[in-house]
Amino acid sequence: MISRGERLANYVILSAFAAFALFPILSILFAALGPDDSADATGQGLSVAGLHVGNFSAAWEVGRFGTYLRTSLMVSAFVVVVSVVLSIMSGYAFGTMRFRGQSVLFYLFMLGIMMPSEAIAVPLYFDLRSLGLIDTFWSVALPQVALSVAFGTFWMRAYFRASSRAIVEAARIDGASTWRILWQVLVPPSRPAVVTLTVLVFMWTWNEFLIPLIMVTSESLRTAPLGLAFFQGQYTSGFTLLAAGSVIVATPVVIFYLFLQRHFVRGLLQGAVRE
Amino acid sequence: MSVARPPGEPRRVAYLYLLPAFVIYAAFLLYPIGRAVQLSLYNWDGLSVGTWAGLSNYAAIVADEGLRDAFVHALVLVAFYALAPLAIGLMLAAILNHAKVRGLGFFRTVVFLPQVVAMVVVAVAWRRVYAPDGTLNGLLGALGLDSLTRGWLGDYTFALPAVGVVGTWFETGLVTVLLLAGMSRIPAELYEAARLDGAGAVKEFFAVTLPSVRGEIAVALTLTVIAALRTFDLVYITTRGGPGNSTSVPSYEVYHRAFGLSQIGSAAAIGVTLTVVIFAISFMINRFADRGAS
Repeated sequence: MISRGERLANYVILSAFAAFALFPILSILFAALGPDDSADATGQGLSVAGLHVGNFSAAWEVGRFGTYLRTSLMVSAFVVVVSVVLSIMSGYAFGTMRFRGQSVLFYLFMLGIMMPSEAIAVPLYFDLRSLGLIDTFWSVALPQVALSVAFGTFWMRAYFRASSRAIVEAARIDGASTWRILWQVLVPPSRPAVVTLTVLVFMWTWNEFLIPLIMVTSESLRTAPLGLAFFQGQYTSGFTLLAAGSVIVATPVVIFYLFLQRHFVRGLLQGAVRE
Repeated sequence: MSVARPPGEPRRVAYLYLLPAFVIYAAFLLYPIGRAVQLSLYNWDGLSVGTWAGLSNYAAIVADEGLRDAFVHALVLVAFYALAPLAIGLMLAAILNHAKVRGLGFFRTVVFLPQVVAMVVVAVAWRRVYAPDGTLNGLLGALGLDSLTRGWLGDYTFALPAVGVVGTWFETGLVTVLLLAGMSRIPAELYEAARLDGAGAVKEFFAVTLPSVRGEIAVALTLTVIAALRTFDLVYITTRGGPGNSTSVPSYEVYHRAFGLSQIGSAAAIGVTLTVVIFAISFMINRFADRGAS
């Protein structure tokens, strides 16, 4: 049994810790909703119930977040769709089939899970430059597909290995092709695993900083975090719009997190658990 | 990771399913890491013809004080990113696991939140906290500790710990949630047995709880140590390695040398070394956990 005092102490510790975790995030949110503190603010924008929501449209204009969000959305959509589909296919091969060189190939893929993008970004930059591919959509998206596919293959393989062999055998006896077995028999029940993989790849891609920083020079190709970093360096007349821009950049992933929390937690925790 | 007994019958069609993923993976990951090894053996400015350098770029990592410092700083960050969250996380998880507190779900949502916020946003928020007229100095002033106030990120002594505290901040939630999941799987009988043996709360923690979550500790350490060694965004936004080189870290040196100083060979050597260090450390942590488990 726990004494009353002990219970109270527990709540105090937990509340203090929750406050510590929330404080920097909330301070950004409050700064973004407060009155514009910049020296050159030409009157305050729209405010609702004392909250200066006009700051967001001001930041959107001044910081050009519209363009950055569009690039981020395009890159994320491409990376998520391509790497999830390719991971399902390669995970299927590793998880349910037997072939020569399987172990070697699997370990090759595993290298990519821990590979720091710092190590590959420099040679990639110079090779893509000589191919004339630098500062293109592909130079931002394809390296991230490669990084995501490593984890995705590992993730889907583990899932397909655990899925029922009996159903697959039954479908095979019915004469279903491997392609149909994958998409009509195996994938539908594995929706939770696919959703987890999707939200993780989306988060990683949306938040990625180094690859766009190196690969992109033209402003129209800047992703949201990169745009925020430049805005932070250039806009020095106040903190309000910087805070509003930060909220704009963070919000898409945070919304996904609030709705699909279990997938984020499960993926980030189990992702590192080797069999 | 066991690939000893793969399921299914032999199928050549497997190669077709692997092909698209493998082509992109090979072109944008395997080939570049090979190229990184190659580039690291040359002195190259990115424009003219490179000259053979042998292993001198690697030797410089040990000999060059600035580069050595970058790796030392990364080790300091490991204490902040991995060891501090582990200590705090063990304490928090032990409390949460024992006491049936209400609002556990809410607490978990909140402490995990820093994991999903873009690091650039995190860096902007913490720059604000550490600014000369920022929140931390305001707090110290309100407590009458004005003598302690300073521009934290511009201070030779305090910039690196200040960056480290941000790491503690965003890794602690991850570690706590991970340990909590492990502790909730410990059978209640183990605790009852320990109590019958007359074990107090502290002894119970070391005799029952800690050994049971060995696997989770290994995972937590692997994740957080790698995150510490790879720190880039945070340093790029908050300090750019400064003041002086007091917060330089390997990842930042890779970027800085390649695109600031045009020393591509050196940058590649640092990247390759970092990769090897990360592989070695995660291998050792998992080895350690496996040995304890058997």
